[in-house]
Amino acid sequence: MNKRTWLSFPYVLWIIGFTVIPLIVIFRYAFTTGDGGFTLENILTIFDPIHFKALVFSLEIAVGCTLICIILSYPLVLAMRRLKMGKSGVALFIIILPMWMNSILRIMAWQMILSPNGILNLILEKLGMKPLSIANTATAIMIGVVYDYLPYMILPVYNAVAEINEDIIEAAKDLGAGSITTFFKVILPLSMPGLLSGIVMVFVPSMTSFVVSDVLGGGKLQLVGNIIEQEFTKSANWNLGSGLSVFLMVFVMISMAFTLKNDVDGKESTVW
Amino acid sequence: MVKKILDWISRCYMGLIIFFLYAPMIVLVVLSFNDSKSRVVWGGFTLNWYQKMFDSTQIMEALRTTFVLAFSSAGIATVIGVMAALGIHAMRQRNYNLTMIMTNIPMLNADIVTGIALMLWFVKFMPLSFMTVLLAHITFNIPYVILSVMPKIKQMNVSIYEAARDLGAGSVYAFVKIILPQLTGGILSGFLMALTMSMDDFVITYFTKGAGVNTLSTMIYGELRKGIKPEMYALSTLIFATVFVILLLTNYISGMKEKENEKKNRRSML
Repeated sequence: MNKRTWLSFPYVLWIIGFTVIPLIVIFRYAFTTGDGGFTLENILTIFDPIHFKALVFSLEIAVGCTLICIILSYPLVLAMRRLKMGKSGVALFIIILPMWMNSILRIMAWQMILSPNGILNLILEKLGMKPLSIANTATAIMIGVVYDYLPYMILPVYNAVAEINEDIIEAAKDLGAGSITTFFKVILPLSMPGLLSGIVMVFVPSMTSFVVSDVLGGGKLQLVGNIIEQEFTKSANWNLGSGLSVFLMVFVMISMAFTLKNDVDGKESTVW
Repeated sequence: MVKKILDWISRCYMGLIIFFLYAPMIVLVVLSFNDSKSRVVWGGFTLNWYQKMFDSTQIMEALRTTFVLAFSSAGIATVIGVMAALGIHAMRQRNYNLTMIMTNIPMLNADIVTGIALMLWFVKFMPLSFMTVLLAHITFNIPYVILSVMPKIKQMNVSIYEAARDLGAGSVYAFVKIILPQLTGGILSGFLMALTMSMDDFVITYFTKGAGVNTLSTMIYGELRKGIKPEMYALSTLIFATVFVILLLTNYISGMKEKENEKKNRRSML
């Protein structure tokens, strides 16, 4: 059997060439100055007031987005289960379909909906209500990221919940558990693996995205992603940009390792 | 009675979420038929933008790049990924764990970090071009293939392969006749996943592409400041409609097959 390992050699080479070495390169940029001397300054600029504000804002967006996605997903998944829509695949089909339209265009469509003279305010005006000014606020960015990443939460949670045996839920009810108890004691723990992979798939991109905040934040509200992008495209300070990237990477990896470790320990709902 | 109310609430909630997911799509589709460059004023129905879209060499070029990139990166990633999964599965525990951790890095890592790291490395030995984007796309596509093929390999029955070899099949023949058919589902879903990821990627392409190379995503992003050309709405509507029809057909065909199988089964039971 062990003879078969040679099949993975091209991939191992690929990992070394395009995963390991690029990481070494970005770390080298992060820890050196423009002329090659060792420095910690690039990493520590994250505590610079502007950068730190962006980091806190990114965290707020990411945590908020993940929570909202969880809160929206579970009722949806339970509704799908209740209406027995899972088996036909039609419901999943409907949820996956929007992902096939270019995501930047879809985010831009939200800009048109939310802008001061946009579609939402047009409708509100017709209904005789006061117009809202959502455009270029944190709320707009939040709507954008939730919209963008909600399917990534729905799919794994759906897969996990669909696998739960109906008998277990009925047994819980027979033994006197109400709907809420059944949810927290049976459905939530049993769907924990799906929930955790959903959290990873939503948290990381919503924390590091720069397109959504670019389009819906009007360029004023910056996430860490925006700052890093500008270091590379506008300021051309690669060392500083690399430093911030490395900080972001380590931060994300540690928080995700922490999230997934709870899965191994088998504790329930201690993710936060 | 309570059951009916709950069913009704479930339906309403599903409707709300679906409306949320489709609201921007409706906007884009409507705008693609709008005879006005304005984003909010309806100027009458037109197919003008569709005509202009097909006439625009820039859009057609970006479309071609996107497709060539998606299919070639997904194809290459599938070959490397399937081989890798077979090999990794046979590794000893320590190497197995190490390789799987390395496989998870590009998936866990933020796109922006992956893109920048690759760019910093690429510029050391080659100019940024279509080639660098292709290498980057293969890199982030391989893990998706491995992760969808691996469970199938774990379920695979090795004894059948060994039996085939005992009965005189060569290793290649036994691989094609025994192993591949058992993995087809995983390989196909891995390929499709890679295809989707490549088509939808913006961030990594943005950092690794050379000047003059544009996929649809990077082209749209470049147009954001100047204002998006309505031709783009037409193109995205068209892509959306095509995918919709393809998915609908595959759903319909697999549904038909199931029904036919059921009929056959019933007949054979009689």
